[in-house]
Amino acid sequence: MRETGTPATLRAEKVSVVIGGRALVQDVTFQVGPGEVVALVGPNGAGKSTLLRTLYRALRPTSGRVLLDGEDVWRMPGRRLARRLAAVLQETPGEFDLTVYDVTAMGRTPYKRAFQGDDADDRRIIMDALESLDVADLAEAPFDRLSGGEKQRVLIARALAQGTGTMVLDEPTNHLDMRHQLDALQQVRRLGVTAIVALHDLNLAAAFGDRICVLNAGRVVATGPPAAVLTPALLEEVYRVTADVHSDPRTGIPQISVMPYGRSASPGADGRPPK
Amino acid sequence: MTGTTTGVRPAPVPAVARRGRLPYVPVLVLLGILVVAAATAGIAFGSVPLPPGQVWGILLHRLVPSLVDPAWPPVRETIVMDVRLPRVVLGGVVGAGLSVCGMALQAVVRNPLADPMLLGVSSGATVGAVLVLVVNVSLLGAFSLPVAAFAGALVALLLVYFLARTGGRMTTVRLVLSGVATGEVLSAVAGYLIVSSGDPRKTESALRWMLGGLAGITWDLVWIPAAAVLLGTGALLGVSRPLNLLLAGEEAAASLGLNVHRFRAALFVLVALLVGAIVAVSGSIGFVGLMMPHVVRLLVGADHRRALPAVALLGAAFMIAADLAARTLTAPEEIPIGILTALTGGPFFLWLMRRKAAR
Repeated sequence: MRETGTPATLRAEKVSVVIGGRALVQDVTFQVGPGEVVALVGPNGAGKSTLLRTLYRALRPTSGRVLLDGEDVWRMPGRRLARRLAAVLQETPGEFDLTVYDVTAMGRTPYKRAFQGDDADDRRIIMDALESLDVADLAEAPFDRLSGGEKQRVLIARALAQGTGTMVLDEPTNHLDMRHQLDALQQVRRLGVTAIVALHDLNLAAAFGDRICVLNAGRVVATGPPAAVLTPALLEEVYRVTADVHSDPRTGIPQISVMPYGRSASPGADGRPPK
Repeated sequence: MTGTTTGVRPAPVPAVARRGRLPYVPVLVLLGILVVAAATAGIAFGSVPLPPGQVWGILLHRLVPSLVDPAWPPVRETIVMDVRLPRVVLGGVVGAGLSVCGMALQAVVRNPLADPMLLGVSSGATVGAVLVLVVNVSLLGAFSLPVAAFAGALVALLLVYFLARTGGRMTTVRLVLSGVATGEVLSAVAGYLIVSSGDPRKTESALRWMLGGLAGITWDLVWIPAAAVLLGTGALLGVSRPLNLLLAGEEAAASLGLNVHRFRAALFVLVALLVGAIVAVSGSIGFVGLMMPHVVRLLVGADHRRALPAVALLGAAFMIAADLAARTLTAPEEIPIGILTALTGGPFFLWLMRRKAAR
């Protein structure tokens, strides 16, 4: 199997982010244990991406600390953190004609000194990562020309190539079709790394998260196993939707069906929604 | 679910086919041959044409006197060694320097349309040069012009740096806007100084300087930009991996361990100093720093570890050839080289773009 680092404990301690007088993240505390997968969910603007940015050192929290195995990530050199924690982001390389291989090879940067080339190990790690995301045959293709889903998979492959024990993933299933959504998350699970994954799809979050952490207006409003957290009451409060939660008979995983606005739980006598 | 793929070893990837582009080493060798050919032509052609064999005879004789018997009039040796060689070397240095600067700058501002002349630094150099040429500020004899131009470049560098950097952050948008705004203001200053001089000869010399040229270079001066470009290119090669990360985007680069704002600021200073040192001796020669990186990316890809050495060679060959054309096409008159680089560069660039789009 692929070389990943030792899964670490990732902990946010009273993290707040204030930008332009607005508190985007307020007093957030949570912990992801070694090898645990936590799904971070919440409505648009809840502060999911902002919170994640403080974890991979793109945004310094206004107050509070981010700890990786007890060590403040904002006090360690960037390269050292990058060997232990990788991020899968929405941001993609622009119009520079990088190949898929080039983009994935960036994952090896934290291990390299100036003037040090890629050796056979690096090349194998890069190709393995591409292989496991099902994009190895695109290695020579220009990254720009890929479909949204293929790009997303290459960016996950780059995080794999980084060989870290911890991963932060911001909407890694965006643009992916159903099969590749499952594949991508399955891949992360199979690695056994510590992971925090921001997800929009609550059913995916329930299926893949050991625990779910719900963020609303910058605050953590619930944390716990999917079945305990994803209740109609919470969905009503956080998303302002009426939802039905039932347990999948085969897996026991909570399944959520959302009632469209203006429809009651039972349709009118003519089978059409009431006006 | 396709969980099976992870258990399968990927087929070994043949070294040659690893990248979809042209094989790297042969391309680099070809570019090297191109530089040597351009340099040979650059030395051989001129008001007194020399056979290429004699050019190499003279050069080899200088290096190892016992190797070649001097069967040429001594004046030819003077032409080669003191007139044409320093100019060819300067052409190579300027071309290589502008090209690597362009490539690095395009990564720094993450925009493939950036040109080193965009930094505002060249306009600062122009003000310095115009002060010497038009207002007759002259303190250092023959060195006045390049020194004043470099000083002007430094002033522009500081201006842009402090305008672009706020609270330890230097964003690409602020960098570009500061550079363009500073450049416009300084160009206006230079323009006013030229127009208000009232002396057509001074105006012409200032205009010629602004359009770029390598004439009148001597060994006394050529080593300074040469050393700067050599050191600068070496430094850029040392940070070629972080340069790649910049292409990935600010956040991704941060997550891969790069202190983006500090790195960007340091690179800006390095590139601006290099451009200043180049412009001080050659005037502002546009298009090279924009065009060469594109051509090289088409040839060997965007990975800076491969692209930087290639772009230095291609830029050197291009500039030597352009300078040869500048001084021979309308001899004994010389065409400002900046005009030639734009005239030949523009259409070539458009052709490449169309060809790429059709592929």
